[in-house]
Amino acid sequence: MVSGLINENPTVYERKERRVRTDSSNTDEFTVEPIDQLEIFDILFCSICTYSIVDIRDPEHPYSLEQLKVLTEDSVEVDDGKSYVRVTFTPTVEHCSMATIIGLSVRVKLMRSLPPRYKIDIRVAPGSHATEAAQS
Amino acid sequence: MAALNNLTEHLESFVDVTRSPSHHADSLKAIASSLEKGVLSINQLVVEMDMYLTTTDDVIRARGILLLAEMLNHLKEKPLDTAVVQSLAGFFTAKLAEWKSVRGALTGCLALIKRKDVAGLVTATDAEAMAKAMIKSVQVQSLALHDRKICFELLECLLEQYPEAMINMGNLIVYATCEAIDGEKDPPCLMIAFHIVELLTQLFPSPSSSPLAAEASDLFDIISCYFPLHYTHTKGDEASIPREELSRRLSLAISSTPFFEPYAIPLLLEKLSSSLTVAKVDSLRCLNDCVVKYGVNRMKKHYKDLWPALKDALYSFTETDLSFGLESLTSPGFEMGEIHREAVDLLQRLVKQDISFLGLVVDDPRVNMISDTISRYSQFEDMPDTSKLEILVVSQILCVSARASVESCNKIFETFFFRLMNTLGIVEKVSSGDLVHNENSTASIKLYHGGLHLCIELLTASKDLIPSSEESSSTPWCSIVNRFSVSLIEAFTSVVQSSYDECSADAYLGVKGLLAMGMLCGGSSPVSKSEFEKILKTLTSIITAQRAKTVKWELALKALICMGSFIDRYSEREKAMSYMGVVVENLVSLACSSHCSLPYPMILEATSEVCSTRPQYVEKMVQGFEEAFCSSFSDFYVNGNSKPIENCSQLLECVTNKLLPRVTEIDGLEKFLVHFAISMWNQIESSVVFSYDVSGREFVEAAMKTMRQIVGVALVDSQNSIIQKAYNVISSSTLPAMESIPLTFAALEGLHRDLSTRDELILSLFASVIIGASPKASLPDVKSLIKLFMVSFLKGYIPAAQALGSIVNKLGISSDCSLEEACDIIFHQSFASGNNISSDDTDKTICGSETLLSKICLGFYGSVDLQTRAITGLAWIGKGLLMRGDGRVNEIALVLMECLKSSNSSGNALHPSAMKHAADAFLILMSDSEVCLNRKFHAVIRPLYKQRFFSITVPILESLIVNSQTPLSRTMLHVALAHVISNVPVTVILDNTKKLLPMILEGLSALSVDAVDKETLFSLLLVLSGTLTDIKGQQSVSDNAHKIIECLVKLTSYRHLMVVRETAIQCLATLLELPHGRIYPFRREVLQAVTKALDDPKRRVREEAIKCRQAWTSITSRS
Repeated sequence: MVSGLINENPTVYERKERRVRTDSSNTDEFTVEPIDQLEIFDILFCSICTYSIVDIRDPEHPYSLEQLKVLTEDSVEVDDGKSYVRVTFTPTVEHCSMATIIGLSVRVKLMRSLPPRYKIDIRVAPGSHATEAAQS
Repeated sequence: MAALNNLTEHLESFVDVTRSPSHHADSLKAIASSLEKGVLSINQLVVEMDMYLTTTDDVIRARGILLLAEMLNHLKEKPLDTAVVQSLAGFFTAKLAEWKSVRGALTGCLALIKRKDVAGLVTATDAEAMAKAMIKSVQVQSLALHDRKICFELLECLLEQYPEAMINMGNLIVYATCEAIDGEKDPPCLMIAFHIVELLTQLFPSPSSSPLAAEASDLFDIISCYFPLHYTHTKGDEASIPREELSRRLSLAISSTPFFEPYAIPLLLEKLSSSLTVAKVDSLRCLNDCVVKYGVNRMKKHYKDLWPALKDALYSFTETDLSFGLESLTSPGFEMGEIHREAVDLLQRLVKQDISFLGLVVDDPRVNMISDTISRYSQFEDMPDTSKLEILVVSQILCVSARASVESCNKIFETFFFRLMNTLGIVEKVSSGDLVHNENSTASIKLYHGGLHLCIELLTASKDLIPSSEESSSTPWCSIVNRFSVSLIEAFTSVVQSSYDECSADAYLGVKGLLAMGMLCGGSSPVSKSEFEKILKTLTSIITAQRAKTVKWELALKALICMGSFIDRYSEREKAMSYMGVVVENLVSLACSSHCSLPYPMILEATSEVCSTRPQYVEKMVQGFEEAFCSSFSDFYVNGNSKPIENCSQLLECVTNKLLPRVTEIDGLEKFLVHFAISMWNQIESSVVFSYDVSGREFVEAAMKTMRQIVGVALVDSQNSIIQKAYNVISSSTLPAMESIPLTFAALEGLHRDLSTRDELILSLFASVIIGASPKASLPDVKSLIKLFMVSFLKGYIPAAQALGSIVNKLGISSDCSLEEACDIIFHQSFASGNNISSDDTDKTICGSETLLSKICLGFYGSVDLQTRAITGLAWIGKGLLMRGDGRVNEIALVLMECLKSSNSSGNALHPSAMKHAADAFLILMSDSEVCLNRKFHAVIRPLYKQRFFSITVPILESLIVNSQTPLSRTMLHVALAHVISNVPVTVILDNTKKLLPMILEGLSALSVDAVDKETLFSLLLVLSGTLTDIKGQQSVSDNAHKIIECLVKLTSYRHLMVVRETAIQCLATLLELPHGRIYPFRREVLQAVTKALDDPKRRVREEAIKCRQAWTSITSRS
């Protein structure tokens, strides 16, 4: 390899056990199920896998962003009433040059998967990136 | 000569290496078939091939030899001349020396050696020569994979088929084997190689003068380096051999001869101490094999090293929690890992084979510490994990050793049981008639959970070792248990009784202990009859004393069931008597009395579960239920309170759900059930006044269900007796008066639901009997019955209509009324009676509509209510006719369709609700019913009846839809069509996709207007999705793509049913399989709709929408 990776040996975290939906027995035809944190998270990761488009991956590593703890379920904030979603992600190393790409791919994914009324806000977690301001 | 010409051609093509492998295979096949048919003899072939076999061109010669070898392979079954075989064997043996044609030579040798039970075998001398040649000139490990495999196979076959010849070769063959195997790495070859070692060791079993004894060390070195097996390349090769299989072979090879013992056991013990799970498991398995094969004498010297290693393996499991759940009552109560399981097996094997091994176990300090551990904590929950582990492992060690043999069991009981009893403070007691109660002794009992667990495990483990015959009752362990049995049972009883609801451990251990004592059955059981009955009494009293479903209740019930089925399995007559007396009679009498603190459904559950363990109990139970039913029912109509009638319906439900499914398993159950049904009728007959409310309605439902099913399972004779009984009841009631009501419009118009509740019950039950009866059963007085049912369904009793449908469906030749007559009564009689009320004669031409029934349906006379009832009734009658394939159903269909027209023959449209009923009548006609007219109730079903109806009605419905004028009639026609289409097998739809697709699409849009039709809409949508995915439908789908997409897009926002939206979106995604050019123009439209669906209130729809959108976006970006 000529250039070498910026972060050659990232810490890989075990995938966290998914929170299982408890209210799946909701059979009433007209109850509204609002879009929530878990659903956004699922949009970003699992439900898509079945459809040929891969998980969003860290552009530098073969691990998915979840395994690297770049994105976690808690980093997603969503308010269905106000049509607002904010995703905060944490790059693996401070000077990660891929932060922009990660941010963009998350944005595109959400834009394609959420109703157009949503405002999507992607942020870099405070203090985790050298050029924090440049990203937003 | 043509054959020979062809032969040359084939030979040329095979020998030519530049041709493709398929060419080679073809020519091989051609030559082989001519050889098999006898057109060509092997001699001729050899002569023909002379040039190829002797040429100096190495490549061609190799191919030639291979061809000859392959031919022999094909002729394995064909008798050949001995001389030919001999010369061929000589030829191939000689060719082994030429490395260039070694493949052919090996294949040829193998083919010859493999010949079995046919004329022309290789002689032993030839075989020996062949083996020698191979050993001399073939370097196995320098060959390619396939050739190596053939080598090993050849060696294997030689060893298997010519053992004498191989023994003659002595050392040579052992050397050769070592050399051949050394360094082999390929699993398929190793499989054979390990087998070769096994065969080889079988050749030389005697210890003296065996060439193996000297070579054992070398040979073992060669195979032991594979242990424990580990695959480095696991992926890619699906055809390869699973690790387990190869490992099993290796283990067999290692354990194959006692000569390996000095080398094998140290190696295995060393591997056992490794931290690798695989190594441990494999060593334990292999040790197990070795213990069997090497024999006690050789193993004895290793015991000292073996026991600590084995103990470590036993302690290796991590799970320390004992489950106190219901499911573990009959199992050890904890999970065993793989290592643990193998270790347990090995321990049992060792103790079984040599009782002296038990000495090590018994003297082990760690095992002996157990009493201290036990007495340190009284509750299991309080113990630290280490103590839990200690208790679980030690109890397992002791149990496994005890289970191994009677002697080991005796020894364990002698050494440990006394100590255990001491720790628990349980003293010996002698049962002498009445039990002597010694207050002091019970007070000093210290019920440590750990001790109880160990005690229960020991008792459970030893239950299979009870001597079967009376004379050997002096078995020491039995007498030990016998001395303690009274106090043990008392101890367990007190544990259960002292337990609270929240502490399930007490209840669990107590019940499990009682169960363990109760299972000690057999000729000379240490538990006497009176003690056994005491156990049963205790468990039964636990069941009856509860007020709600608790853990204790469920445990006790499960224990009773276990004991019941155990008694049945070992057919213990005396115990069965006790069981019957104590448990069954007690519970059954509870069911009868119904004055008990236990809720009635729980009594029923307990009774039915317990009694289903043995046919005799079931018999008793049905009798008890019958009694219970009679007493509750009479209690109800005498006193009029609703509690007994609720009990009755629960009882009937229990009969339907628990007993009826088992009717084929239990002999004689049918008879009791029929008796039950008849006494139901008797009760109803004797009840004079009868009125009910809501709970009564439930009772009628339950009674109908039970009656239907009992009649359904009963034999024809029994059916006849039930029918006769029921008919007598009917005739004695006021119902026959209804038969005299003339089937005229004026009389029918005056009808209301004015039956007394008793009559209604009788009528419903009678209808159920008719529904369940088989065609062979004889119905009395069918004509008046038909009239009775006609009148009652026009009064609004649906079961009557279903019964009528069953009658016309099953009416046979044997009955006193033919089908013709029956239909005559149903459709025409009113006219025959001369009541001509028809005022307007224009409709006479319309098929079938001249009958009274159809006139009512068409609304000529009477209220809407009467009309809808008539339509529903007509549908059920039609269903009966349709299933037996009778043509009259066509008339009925026509009448029903007439009802759906916007303006029918009388010029005015029907009432909307009548139309709705007429449309739904098609659902009744086409769908499978749970309630009547199915296989369970002996319906006469003609094959393909649905298809026939489909082909008759669909064209008419189509043309009606085209010509319909009002939107209502159009929608209703679509509903009817949807019912027909969605109930016909999907293959029929696929055959007619072209014609049907436009109709389906139109139907979908028509049905999507109203929320009432949502279920119908969904089933129609499913039909559509079925056609989308099938190849047969694809052409017409592609032709109609624009319409389909338009329709589906509309359905993605269908408000009333989520599954419709979901399915519509899925269908849209499926459409992407169509040719790109067809669908591309619609992408904007689809994407718009799907984007809207992203905001759907339901999550599942949103998920589908995301997938669908992704898929459709990708076709746009690709272009």
